[in-house]
Amino acid sequence: MPQGPDIAPGRLTDVELALNFSDAHPPLTHAQAVVEADRCFYCYDAPCIEACPTGIDIPRFIRAIATDNMAGSARIILESNILGGSCARVCPTEILCEQKCVHNTREEGQPIRIGMLQRHATDWQMDHGGQPFTRAAPTGQRIAIVGAGPAGLACAHRLAMHGHDVVIHDRHALAGGLNEYGVAAYKLADDFAQREVDFLLSIGGITFEGGKVLGRNMTVASLRREYDAVFLAVGLAGVRSLGIEGEDLDGVMNAVDFIEGLRSANRQTVPVGRRVVVIGGGNTAVDAAVQARRLGAEDVTLVYRRGAENMSATPVEREWAQTNGVTVRLWAAPVRLVARDGVLDGIEFARGRIGPDGRPAYDPDDTFVVAADMVLKAVGQTFMPDPLNGESIAISGGRIMVDATGQTTMQGVYAGGDCTPGEDLTVAAVRDGRDAAEAIHAAYMAAGR
Amino acid sequence: MADLRTNFVGIRSPNPFWLASAPPTDKEYNVRRAFEAGWGGVVWKTLGEDPPVVNVSSRYGSLDYNGTRMIGLNNIELISDRPLATNIAEIKSVKRDYPDRAVVVSLMVPCVEESWKAILPIVEETGADGIELNFGCPHGMSERNMGAAVGQVPEYVEMVTRWCKQNTRMPVIVKLTPNITNILMPARAALRGGADAVSLINTVQSVIGVDLDLMAPMPVVDGQGTHGGYCGPAVKPIALRMIGDIARDPELARLPISGIGGIGSWRDAAEFLAMGATTLQVCTAAMHYGFRIVEDMTDGLSAWMDQKGYATIADVTGRAVERFVPWNRLNMKFKTIAKIDQDACIKCGLCHIACEDTSHQAIARSKVDGERHYEVIDEECVGCNLCAHVCPVDECITMQPQPVDGVLTWPEHPSNPARVTVGS
Ligand SMILES: Cc1cc2nc3c(=O)[nH]c(=O)nc-3n(C[C@H](O)[C@H](O)[C@H](O)COP(=O)(O)OP(=O)(O)OC[C@H]3O[C@@H](n4cnc5c(N)ncnc54)[C@H](O)[C@@H]3O)c2cc1C
Ligand SMILES: Cc1cc2nc3c(=O)[nH]c(=O)nc-3n(C[C@H](O)[C@H](O)[C@H](O)COP(=O)(O)O)c2cc1C
Ligand code: SF4
Ligand code: SF4
Ligand code: SF4
Repeated sequence: MPQGPDIAPGRLTDVELALNFSDAHPPLTHAQAVVEADRCFYCYDAPCIEACPTGIDIPRFIRAIATDNMAGSARIILESNILGGSCARVCPTEILCEQKCVHNTREEGQPIRIGMLQRHATDWQMDHGGQPFTRAAPTGQRIAIVGAGPAGLACAHRLAMHGHDVVIHDRHALAGGLNEYGVAAYKLADDFAQREVDFLLSIGGITFEGGKVLGRNMTVASLRREYDAVFLAVGLAGVRSLGIEGEDLDGVMNAVDFIEGLRSANRQTVPVGRRVVVIGGGNTAVDAAVQARRLGAEDVTLVYRRGAENMSATPVEREWAQTNGVTVRLWAAPVRLVARDGVLDGIEFARGRIGPDGRPAYDPDDTFVVAADMVLKAVGQTFMPDPLNGESIAISGGRIMVDATGQTTMQGVYAGGDCTPGEDLTVAAVRDGRDAAEAIHAAYMAAGR
Repeated sequence: MADLRTNFVGIRSPNPFWLASAPPTDKEYNVRRAFEAGWGGVVWKTLGEDPPVVNVSSRYGSLDYNGTRMIGLNNIELISDRPLATNIAEIKSVKRDYPDRAVVVSLMVPCVEESWKAILPIVEETGADGIELNFGCPHGMSERNMGAAVGQVPEYVEMVTRWCKQNTRMPVIVKLTPNITNILMPARAALRGGADAVSLINTVQSVIGVDLDLMAPMPVVDGQGTHGGYCGPAVKPIALRMIGDIARDPELARLPISGIGGIGSWRDAAEFLAMGATTLQVCTAAMHYGFRIVEDMTDGLSAWMDQKGYATIADVTGRAVERFVPWNRLNMKFKTIAKIDQDACIKCGLCHIACEDTSHQAIARSKVDGERHYEVIDEECVGCNLCAHVCPVDECITMQPQPVDGVLTWPEHPSNPARVTVGS
């Protein structure tokens, strides 16, 4: 008779784990990249550019691959998006650039593989060219950034380019934010997040201070006093709970914590349930489910309370879950966690459908139980305003309010990335960071200093 | 089923597709394979006097474009580098085994009558159907006063042709070099010399590219390069024009033409026939894909002829020639206007930017319901066709001929300062 639920590390051999967590989409060879690049029409006013949150000049960088101008290709990408390497790996291109590629209209489902080409060019740069940008003459300006995720890093690099000195503070020991602790391991294999951080920081003028927590080691007001400007890029530190009976049972955990655990430890030591249920319909739910499978869970079920069309995970991600052996169940809302002898044993769901008023309705009498040793909650992350308590920074709709330039309601304090309104995507965070840096720099120039 | 058989100055072949004098026809081994694959004839790789020439190593250069290999090929090879006797024995053996196929022997010997007098009986003895005089090779041989060095001087063309006609009963085909300003000059010279037919084009003088590491023209031979002869799909337009020039020339109208230069498909073949060719010679396409390409050439040509109601090759030969006119005969009242099929348009913007930057600013760019929209401004369109060529979607931009009100050519045009006025 086990003492707790069947949760254990080491369900697979090292070899199996290494394979399961290697690159999900191996890179193109140069020959493949050139063939793909040659397919691009080099559109004028290309729709793909508009669909990229960082506005990379896609036809130009692709043409540069076709002409074997690899340094030029990488520069075009990195000029707009210094995290072009991780974006190439993590962007849901099927709802961004590739969705808008004109090839979709001509040959259904055959867009240019923009993400793969972007990876080809940025990999080339990191392997052959190193840091392609240099710093402008020092301005003497010092800028504090809180949060070393994509938003904070992109902001830091752009500020450093303009000659400012930057200090990034982060709660974590390593820089990278969710690239290091959140995104699925097989999307950023081979320690790519840290390699990219090293590449980015190699421009110089950026100091990373790990283990520094806003609200504990410092406040916005103290940073504002010490520095010429502040950029907040603290992401989403909170998670929603289910608010149902049994949520505190052993074996019930937040999907983001489960993922952070497996991203930061030797995977042989990461405990995973034999039967895992993931609740949620987004990216995070899919990533948690697939990675649980790949750690060796026998049975993984992803349960979402509404229909497939309502999931925020893209069809490509849903398919990815299914091809990885995850069972997807729709129209079921969690009602309570089921324990036997005080040990987690499953989770009960109420069946639902669209009610007469057009909104989802769940029947409390029509329920079923899915057996589980581990339940991962992925029902949404939230912005935690606590570190900003007592500051004159307005929060609106649960996120930090910013104007068109990325400035908060406190003069000289900017914010961007997941902690501000807008899509929660790596590439959007990069855009916010870059644009805030430009705004900070523009304000410095306007002040005539 | 269309009848593809041809009779070219008495040389019969089951179809008009011959292999041009080049590596594919260098040896008995190749030629037998070619005949097995279905080629109608061959022009044997050019023979010269013994001792045979010696070729260098590193011989071909390729022009690739946007991922497509060999849209043009150039070579710095010379004529056959095997002893005359070997070639002669092989020609004889092949002709004996394939009596229904055309076997023409290409020749190039020094520009003295004795040399020609000496080689002609040797060739005749093989049973070959005819000879082709290689006046075209633009490299190596021309530096020895043969090949293009002869082909570029009409008097020599006439002289050598006459020597041949006087010394053999075999039909004489004169192969012309395109490396000349006016192709009519050597063609007329060949006719004066008694040529039974002409074949064209031979290769175009070229430097195919530069190796930027070695800083030498390609193909590179031990650190250096030389100019070569250019052929393949890229030379087709040059060939079509020269063939058309000959075909429409009143003096040359009855001179049969074997068309060469960039033929790779039945469609190319049909175009050469339409511009005046009777047989077709192919080199690069075979070198690119092997002899099997002839299957689709014969098949496709035959199917197209059936569809168009052409029963024989002679029905197609020269069909387009009367409509190949000097610019001065074009009707200036004709107008055609581009039209975009909005349902087919994929919004790539290429038509707009091409017209906007480099033509007549006749394609407007706008957004309709948030979608990119491209529309031709009829009044601005001059009917240059550029947009239709750059559009990546077939049949998306079509050129719409407008109703024509009479005929007005440039010589009569009011804007022409030298116009001819009727009645004056
Ligand atoms: C599981 C998961 C998978 C995802 N997969 C994808 C994907 O495949 N593709 C995609 O485009 N997007 C994905 N996302 C979203 C993407 O990761 C985020 O949009 C992006 O990382 C946001 O960047 P950021 O810089 O705003 O925040 P983060 O990356 O969250 O970085 C915030 C940083 O701030 C630090 N921080 C927080 N609070 C404090 C504090 N009080 N003091 C000091 N430091 C603090 C954190 O330690 C962290 O390093 C995923 C998200 C999750 C959770
Ligand atoms: C490698 C090579 C060698 C050639 N050698 C000869 C030759 O010996 N005699 C000749 O008359 N033409 C020679 N040619 C020219 C071809 O016969 C032909 O005229 C030319 O290639 C154009 O046809 P294409 O575009 O189909 O290749 C040669 C061409 C190539 C590519
Ligand atoms: S839309 Fe597609 S084809 Fe056009 S430029 Fe972008 S990637 Fe190339
Ligand atoms: S035909 Fe020429 S002028 Fe007319 S729209 Fe097209 S590109 Fe412009
Ligand atoms: S080139 Fe063709 S497909 Fe592209 S915008 Fe113009 S009409 Fe549309």
